[in-house]
Parts: sequence; C-alpha cells; structure tokens
Amino acid sequence: MGIKKIQIIIYAIILNTLLILNANAQSENECFEKVSRGIFKFNQGFDNVILEPVAKVYNKLPEPIRNGTGNFTSNIATLLSIPNHLLQGEIRLAGHATGSFLVNSTVGILGLGNPAAALGLENQKEDLGQTLGSYGLEGGCYFVLPILGPTTLRDSFGMVVDNNYLDAFARITWHEKEIKNLSGSKIDYVGVKAATAVDFRGDNMTNFESLEKNSIDLYAATKSLYLQDRSKKIKNKSSSDDDAWSDLDK
Amino acid sequence: MKKKLIFLLSVFILYLAPLKAVTYNSEPKIFIQELVDDAIKTLSDKSLTEIEKNEFIEKIATENVDIKALGLYTLGQIRKDLDEKTIDTYQNLFQKYFLKSLTSRLTDYSSQKFEVLESEQKSSNYTIVKSKIAESVKSPEIKVDWRIYTKNPQKPLIRDLIVEGLSLARTQKEEFASILNSNDNDVNVLIEKLSEFISN
Repeated sequence: MGIKKIQIIIYAIILNTLLILNANAQSENECFEKVSRGIFKFNQGFDNVILEPVAKVYNKLPEPIRNGTGNFTSNIATLLSIPNHLLQGEIRLAGHATGSFLVNSTVGILGLGNPAAALGLENQKEDLGQTLGSYGLEGGCYFVLPILGPTTLRDSFGMVVDNNYLDAFARITWHEKEIKNLSGSKIDYVGVKAATAVDFRGDNMTNFESLEKNSIDLYAATKSLYLQDRSKKIKNKSSSDDDAWSDLDK
Repeated sequence: MKKKLIFLLSVFILYLAPLKAVTYNSEPKIFIQELVDDAIKTLSDKSLTEIEKNEFIEKIATENVDIKALGLYTLGQIRKDLDEKTIDTYQNLFQKYFLKSLTSRLTDYSSQKFEVLESEQKSSNYTIVKSKIAESVKSPEIKVDWRIYTKNPQKPLIRDLIVEGLSLARTQKEEFASILNSNDNDVNVLIEKLSEFISN
C-alpha cells in the first residue's frame, strides 16, 4: 500500500474522530492548556525577538513595496480559496476568486498589483477549517502551535489537508510537484509564508501593542479573538452575543 | 522636587476647575459621530496636558458608556452567585480598569480619521452603529461597530465595540472567565488582578 493511501486513511480516521467528538466539542475547551500557555510564551518570545523587529523595518519600506507584498501573498492564497469555495458550494465566489487570480497574475504582474479589485472581483480567503465549519463541524478543543499560533482540532486538521491536497501552491513548492511545467521549492513556500506573517504583523502593529498593554490575561484574550475571528469567517458575519446581553436586561 | 510640585499643582487645579458638561445628540448615529469627533479633537489638542486629556476621556466615558452593565456582562453567570458587597467592590475596580484601558486604547488610535457609515436598529433596546477608521500609513481600514443601548431613547449608552467583527466586551468576558476558571471561580483572584492592572 502506498504512503499516499495510508495518509488518506489516517486523515479519514482523524476526520471521523472529529465528527464523533463533535457533539461534545466546544472550542472554548482546551486540549492541554498548560502546554499551550508554554508554547504561547515561546511564540511571544519569537515575536519579540524576530517577527516584531522585522515587521517594524518592513513598515518603514515605501508604501508601494508593502502594498505589492500584501497583494502578492494574497494572490497566492487565492489558490487555496478556490477549491474551498467549490467545496462550500459557493460557485459565484469561486468564479470571482478564479477571475481575481487570473487578472492579478497577468495584468497585475505576478500578483503585485490588484487590478481585480477595481473590476469588482471579490477575493474572500477560505480554507478547509472554514469549509468544515460551514458544514456544521465545531472547532473541537483549542490549542497553540509553535510559530503557527492558535488553532483548534478542526482547523489544524484542515491545515494539514490544505497543505497536502487542496493548496496548489503548497503542492508545487513544499511538496515539489510539477504542475503544468511550474515547479518550486520548500524555500519558496517558507518565503511566501514568512512574507504573509510579516505583512500581517506590520499591518497590526498598533492592535498588537494595544492588546498586550491592556490585557490582564493575554493568552485568554488571544484565544477569544481567534475563536471569534474563525466564527466570523465561517458564518461570514460578525460575532454576536445578543443572548448574553438580553439575559442581563431581564 | 520642582517637577513634583508642578504635577501636584496641576492635579489640584484640575480638581478645582469644573469640567465642561458634554451632551450629545440622542440619535445613535449622530451620537457616535459627535462623541468620537469630540474625543479625537481633545486627544489631538496640543495645548492640553496628558492629565487634562485623560480627565476628559474619563468624563465622556463615564457619561456615555454603560460601564455598570459592561462590568456585569464581563463577569458572566457567576454574578448571580455573588453578594452585593462583592459586586460593588468588583464594579468599582472594573470601572477604574475600564477607564484606564479605554484611555490607552483611544490614545493609540486617535491620530486616525473616523467616519460613521450607517445604523441598524436591532430591537427597541439595541442599535448597531457602523463606522470605520480610515486607512493610514500605519494600518489598513478598520471597521468598527458600536452596540448602543437605547432603552432610554433620550440617553443612548455604548455597551460594546465590535472591531472587524470582534467584540471587545466578549473578549473581555472570556478573558475574565479564563481567570475565574483557572482559580475555582474565585472572584477575589479576578479582583486582585484588576487591582494590579490599575496600580501598574
């Protein structure tokens, strides 16, 4: 039996386990909080020593360079959004994402520009974690990964499947598969992911500083923001806690 | 010593000088626009000292944010099991904590342009006012929704800020819940943490 078949069987078992656990799975629950808090501290150290200083330098670069970087990484991420739009039955958004990728990769010079936005093409980011969420699968327990940050059972499972099967860019670079004469290496993959992280960190400099300064439990605040953000992306609407407010008004 | 004297004198003068009473329009959309314009104008006024700016922010927040309800909301269901004295102690500290973190947050964002977009009445008690902080060199455009409590239509009160779809009140509630859960729901630990934050 090939390694690929074994991988598929393992993923099927994990997905099945997730589905079985789903009835009791609450994302607010922790898989292993003490370990996650330790990893969170390590990630904070990584941010203080590497990511934040690099993002500060990045923010000093001319605006066109920063915009180009953001557009370039966003355009590559579209390759993962397209199959996930299709898996969610969002044909219109899949069409928009495909159009956006084609226009930006050609007219937009390898994605450095974003002429697709001017044409009204939407480019909403999707991944398998969101797709499974849209099927009604809860997040499962929450934990923190080194460098990669907060996640849940569902989202980490989705990330592995995205990387191995759905993300064409990861297939070409990380897995070094040749698709239509296009080839790449692991360095290309890590480079784009690092640029995405620096661009995000640079964009959110004030937000990170404000959160750090005003939290009495930064780990819990980050967890809450991550879970709210995932919920918003799955439902495609803002988080609402109307019930808790109504309870207060009684 | 001289610096200390000047500081004490400034505080003394501020206590003596009655702050201008600030009233805003009762229509939620106009209320938010007027309130934020006022806050930005004050925070960017170079003739005012930091103490004066903080005093002003604390005053408009005390008058226009439903801090009491926010305090109870962030405490979660545990509030139902607490006696009145503990609730009072918590509320007193929560107000100080809230005002300190609000002043810090507003100072962080005060240099950016703000625009109210539209409002949506969710019920007789709640209206959501949608707004945005314009894109700047420092950060991209940020969408901010305001949850306004309109039970008394003449006196709307802010209960939550939803930044890019993420509720600040809910984040605060879950942060407090984490502290309570890790300490057998002992509210005294939370009270201690709030005191630490205020005194730092």
